[in-house]
Amino acid sequence: MATRLQFENSCEVGVFSKLTNAYCLVAIGGSENFYSAFESELADVIPVVKTSISGTRIIGRLCAGNKNGLLVPHNTTDQELQHLRNSLPDQVVVQRIDEKLSALGNCIACNDHVALTHTDLDKETEEIIADVLGVEVFRQTIAGNILVGSYCALSNRGGLVHPHTSIEDLDELSTLLQVPLVAGTINRGSEVIAAGMTVNDWTAFCGSDTTATELSVIESVFKLREAQPTAIVNEMRNSLIDSYV
Amino acid sequence: MGRLSIKEKLLKWGVATSAVCMLCEDEEESQVISSPNGFAILSSFPFPLLFILQIGGDKGAMASNMFVVPQTRGTVLCCKCGISMAPNPANMCVTCLRSEVDITEGLRKHVTIMHCPECDSYLQPPRTWIKAQLESKELLTFCVKRLETDLKKVRLVNAEFIWTEPHSKRLKVKLKVQKEVLNGAILEQSYVVEYVQQDHMCESCTRIQANPDQWVASVQLRQRVTHRRTFFYLEQLILKHDAAAHAIKIKQMDQGIDFFFANRSHAVKFVEFLGKVSPTKSRHDKQLVSHDPKNNSYNYKYTFSVEISPICREDLICLPPRVATSLGNLGPLVICTKVTNNIALLDPITLRQCFLDTEQYWRHSFKSLLGSRQLVEYDVFNIEVVSPEYNVGGSKYVIADAEVARVSDYGKLFYIRTHLGHILKPGDRALGYDLYGANSNDIELDKYKGLVLPEAILIKKSYEEKRQKKRGKPRPWKLKSLDMEVDESRGRANEQKMDSEYEEFLRDLEENPELRFNLSLYRNKDYQPSEMVSVSDGDDLPSVPLEELLADLELSEQEDGEDSMRE
Repeated sequence: MATRLQFENSCEVGVFSKLTNAYCLVAIGGSENFYSAFESELADVIPVVKTSISGTRIIGRLCAGNKNGLLVPHNTTDQELQHLRNSLPDQVVVQRIDEKLSALGNCIACNDHVALTHTDLDKETEEIIADVLGVEVFRQTIAGNILVGSYCALSNRGGLVHPHTSIEDLDELSTLLQVPLVAGTINRGSEVIAAGMTVNDWTAFCGSDTTATELSVIESVFKLREAQPTAIVNEMRNSLIDSYV
Repeated sequence: MGRLSIKEKLLKWGVATSAVCMLCEDEEESQVISSPNGFAILSSFPFPLLFILQIGGDKGAMASNMFVVPQTRGTVLCCKCGISMAPNPANMCVTCLRSEVDITEGLRKHVTIMHCPECDSYLQPPRTWIKAQLESKELLTFCVKRLETDLKKVRLVNAEFIWTEPHSKRLKVKLKVQKEVLNGAILEQSYVVEYVQQDHMCESCTRIQANPDQWVASVQLRQRVTHRRTFFYLEQLILKHDAAAHAIKIKQMDQGIDFFFANRSHAVKFVEFLGKVSPTKSRHDKQLVSHDPKNNSYNYKYTFSVEISPICREDLICLPPRVATSLGNLGPLVICTKVTNNIALLDPITLRQCFLDTEQYWRHSFKSLLGSRQLVEYDVFNIEVVSPEYNVGGSKYVIADAEVARVSDYGKLFYIRTHLGHILKPGDRALGYDLYGANSNDIELDKYKGLVLPEAILIKKSYEEKRQKKRGKPRPWKLKSLDMEVDESRGRANEQKMDSEYEEFLRDLEENPELRFNLSLYRNKDYQPSEMVSVSDGDDLPSVPLEELLADLELSEQEDGEDSMRE
């Protein structure tokens, strides 16, 4: 189910939040409305954590993660790092990495199996990503843009990319990512997809400017209509728990 | 001089430097090397990365180096209405975009224009009136120009007229404009502007309506002689050079013609033209019509009085002693052979030709002794050539002794010397001045003491007999004439005189090719060369060769008003 909301009158929801299958990070806003919107949807299922990264609120664009881990940039303070480690479930590995390109959210688009990264990312970083997040890493561009993290919103069920992506590119990316992709827009024609929305396997949050058409596209490509959170979480729990003792 | 940074080096080679910022920040660790296709930047930090940049956007060269995947654009859904469309910067289909943004907002859709019904022209403020037909290119340009301020905000792509009823006093123009909206998308929209035509007479029409005879400058052309040959010739010259194109009225007066102009400069131009084609003396004057004390502007009526010298072609002149000596003792009796702005004088006895300038003439002006009216017919009985052929000023003359008698009085024979030996043969008729029988009152003649006047001076050969045969038959050529107002007060007799003078003028034209040189003669469509004429005429009667005739232009609507045909 896709929800429309705003962070302090801005429709760029993906900038101020990070949503994965195991946790949700939310920026500290002036009013609690943003946090409570996430809470009402996700409270029983996954932890919703209020945080900042290197003192800023643009946490969605600075960090990248999936259910296995979370990568934060080098300028994250120790307290923030500790807070994150405390609040998130133990399975989630929080790792601070030294990378020149510090806006990891803009450089890395990932789901639980595969990640697309900025072409100029360090080799070291690539290895860490593969390690921590447990994904296969591909260096790619989307519609000629190297900031793959901004122009693509990815989940395990599907993905939404920049509207100017050509058909050949779509096919290529789809083969790499092994999920159906569609080119579309968010927030009334904005091309910066990941900044305007945040998504996981059963829910999505979009900016309030999103039109009904865009919403229907999102719901269809990410297969949100029939998704039940409990089913997916249980599935996860099953894979996590090895055996009953 | 320090080393240039990478950015500066690339700038020098004309490559956009935005790519550079991402490469390396450290200057010392990079080198720039040039290669045949472009140049490469080696970055050694943190580990060697080679980036090849192409100079210039030569896609052909790129294709030869790398494999480029063909890109086809996909379709996205319009964010508002959900129809499938090609992605554009606004990511909305054109209809949705149009419903959102109206680029013609703030542009004028109704404009008022002033139209003068008399001369069918439109006012471009503050003062210019532009003549234009309905649905013409000029009118479209004018309409678009009236919207200039509006069209600065948008870009005009196309403009065209929408048909409106001519009497509705409305003009509709459809304009197509382009403007950039939202984030970079260019929207094209067409809209209709309606022009309301308001009738308002322009200043020149108002002036003409108020007083149709209103003229500002007039040129009064006069020649103090009894015939109108000069004016017939001048009329043809004026027609040929279109000198009276700006005249609003031309009036025929006694001994001259009056031309009226709406502009002083037109009158001045006309006076100068006259000065070039005839020996004239002019004076000018002005009369105050109105005076605006507030802005110190004065309206005048200007008058130019132009007098042509009374000396005409074929006149016999007795030169005053002063003039004769200044011209090198030219025999006091001379014949005038040619009049343009110089007067050519020929001494028939010595065959000397002299030219008198306009100023020279007017300094010591003189009148002619005998004019072409006084020419008398002579019969030539005998010719004895005395001298060889002389070429004087382009024409050949031969001095001969002739035995002649007046046709009216065969009793008296004269033995005279004539310069027409080259064309006269015994049995010919010639026209000349009868000095034996003439009673001249000339003061100049009296000044010469002891001057022996010849009894007759022959001027030209007469073709009168041959003309008798051709009387009534139309000529193969015709002339145009100016639209002149004639004073109705003169009677029938005058009209006959005028006709006969005109007929003589036409004959003159036939006989003198150099006179025809400056004029335009037109082919007479009605003339049918009949068999009879060609047999009997032989080669004696001079006529205008067909090559000299201009094919007559079809009279257009405009020409009808100005010229009229006269045969």
